[in-house]
Amino acid sequence: MEIVLALGIGTLAGCGVWLILRPRTFQVIVGLSLLSYAVNLFILSTGRLGTGRPPVLAPQGIGDPQLFADPVPQALVLTAIVISFATTALFLVVLLAARGLTGTDHVDGQEP
Amino acid sequence: MVSGISQHLIVAPVVLPLFAGAVMLALGRERHRNLNAAINVASTFMLVTVAVALIKTADEADGGLAGVYRLGDWPVPFAIVLVVDRLSALMLLLTSLVAAAAVVFSLARWHRAGAYFHPLFQFLLMGLNGAFLTGDLFNLFVFVEVLLAASYGLALHGSGSPRVKAAQHYIVVNLAASLLFLVGVSLIYGVSGTLNMANLAARISTAGTSDRAFVEAGAGILGIAFLVKAGMWPLCFWLPATYASAAPPVASIFSILTKLGAYVVLRLWLLLFGQDAGPSAQYGAEWLLLGGMATVAFGAIGTLASQDLARLCAFSVLVSTGTVLAAIGMGHVGTTGGALFYLVSSTLGIAALFLLIELVERREPEGGLAAAQRETSREGEHMDDAREVGIAIPASMGMLGVAFIGCTAVIAGLPPLSGFIAKFALLSDALNAAGPQSGRVSAAAWALMVVLILSGLAALVALTRAGIRAFWASPERSAPRVRVIEMAPVVMLLILCAVQTVQAGPIMRFMQATALSLHAPQHYIRDVLGSPSKRPGLRATGT
Repeated sequence: MEIVLALGIGTLAGCGVWLILRPRTFQVIVGLSLLSYAVNLFILSTGRLGTGRPPVLAPQGIGDPQLFADPVPQALVLTAIVISFATTALFLVVLLAARGLTGTDHVDGQEP
Repeated sequence: MVSGISQHLIVAPVVLPLFAGAVMLALGRERHRNLNAAINVASTFMLVTVAVALIKTADEADGGLAGVYRLGDWPVPFAIVLVVDRLSALMLLLTSLVAAAAVVFSLARWHRAGAYFHPLFQFLLMGLNGAFLTGDLFNLFVFVEVLLAASYGLALHGSGSPRVKAAQHYIVVNLAASLLFLVGVSLIYGVSGTLNMANLAARISTAGTSDRAFVEAGAGILGIAFLVKAGMWPLCFWLPATYASAAPPVASIFSILTKLGAYVVLRLWLLLFGQDAGPSAQYGAEWLLLGGMATVAFGAIGTLASQDLARLCAFSVLVSTGTVLAAIGMGHVGTTGGALFYLVSSTLGIAALFLLIELVERREPEGGLAAAQRETSREGEHMDDAREVGIAIPASMGMLGVAFIGCTAVIAGLPPLSGFIAKFALLSDALNAAGPQSGRVSAAAWALMVVLILSGLAALVALTRAGIRAFWASPERSAPRVRVIEMAPVVMLLILCAVQTVQAGPIMRFMQATALSLHAPQHYIRDVLGSPSKRPGLRATGT
């Protein structure tokens, strides 16, 4: 499972970096989204991979903490998703404003 | 340590602007602009008094720690804490002073150039204050995002295609840097299992070899994210265009944003990779030193090459940040103290210059506003009220000229103002780092001295040339109408620089005490981790 996750994160990050370096604003925003997916998966992976491990302790007793998932990365990834979603939406508005003002979707505001 | 009601003063710099901003949003933007402005000014000046109270407490407290504020009263390593020490209190005071100047200046005309200026301004202050106060790595990320989201809105304030273009680049760069920040934080968490800065510092000295590599990689990635925000060369390409095109009061408060990057480097680097960090001690010092000096050189060349004042001022921001980073990279208590003194002085000077250049470049009595109106009405967003606020002052050219000379002296580091004392203190400590008797001066200190003195010369040449062009070489132009409310903030910032000069002794003692406690963080770590929780049965065990 580790290798699949690592390859997935790597592919997403690679595509994201490539798209961020492209000249069209739409490509840049898709690139940023892909990069944030990669980062979110990366944060999740720092809590160690595993299935069937609840993040919340059972009510009848704590038992072995090894059987539980680390809840902190899950909380972090939730926050990160919300923040990156909000800033991406905000950026989208700026892109539309720039498109309206300059008449082009090139990142520099003019065709090369 | 304080107790009682004054303990809650620590959280006031975050709660107050949040509350003020929320009230302003609820009031709506058009009908209550004057009320919004009043709330903004009141909240900003209250932040100044809170910051003064905190800096007093921090300076008098044993070990320089005014207090640890546990949110929700959870025991320390598990939940978020706000920590006030001398450095945080100093940054809070600097932020609130520059903010007060910027908000008063904006009342004359700029707050009418677009929507939601006042709420965004308060949210920016909330993010900045929170980032200076927090003792938790992920909470730092959240506060930085709050301030960035507000700064995106403020960078676009006034609209117009140069601003939108510059803000577009600014947003992309900062979003990418934030993603790097997240990668760094999660790498560090994955290895150390903690996000509390003090707990992290306590664990890092005992980390194993393989863990250490991960922590260092995480810290390096984190460092890059903050050096992008601080504007270290070559990560600073976005900065001059954004700062030069932002509205003047916005550019003025933005001069603090780069200092946030420098603050985080100071705080985290000295905490995590200080003398006690074992093999990781001083990790990355040479990068800070070289990068800082390269930034100073790049900024100095940029100031010489700039044709208009706003760009010149934006490049001066780079020179200032570069100097602070290079001085931190020297890794001595004395140079860090000098760097803090320089940071305060140069931030005040640059904030004053950003406000001043709009007044200097105002072509005819109502030209600036008319131009701004043309610009905004083209975008469909127009100023609802073209009426000028405040009284015009006489002899405006003379006042502007004197203020310009003052800014030049502070930024270039000439006597008699504080810029000279700052650079003198910094260089004398760098040259004496090996001990005054030994007579040996390291190559880094020589290089720093050459770069700093040349950058001062470049700033002097560039600012003098710009001043001659603005004040002497255009006889046909009429004197601009300048209002008291616009001139007062500039004069206030320059008076603060003068105060820093006259009171150099006590202020320098404070800076040296700050640097000393930053370089010996054991006290900080012990006080943060040992902060007792009132909840029975919940004891901190994970140290």
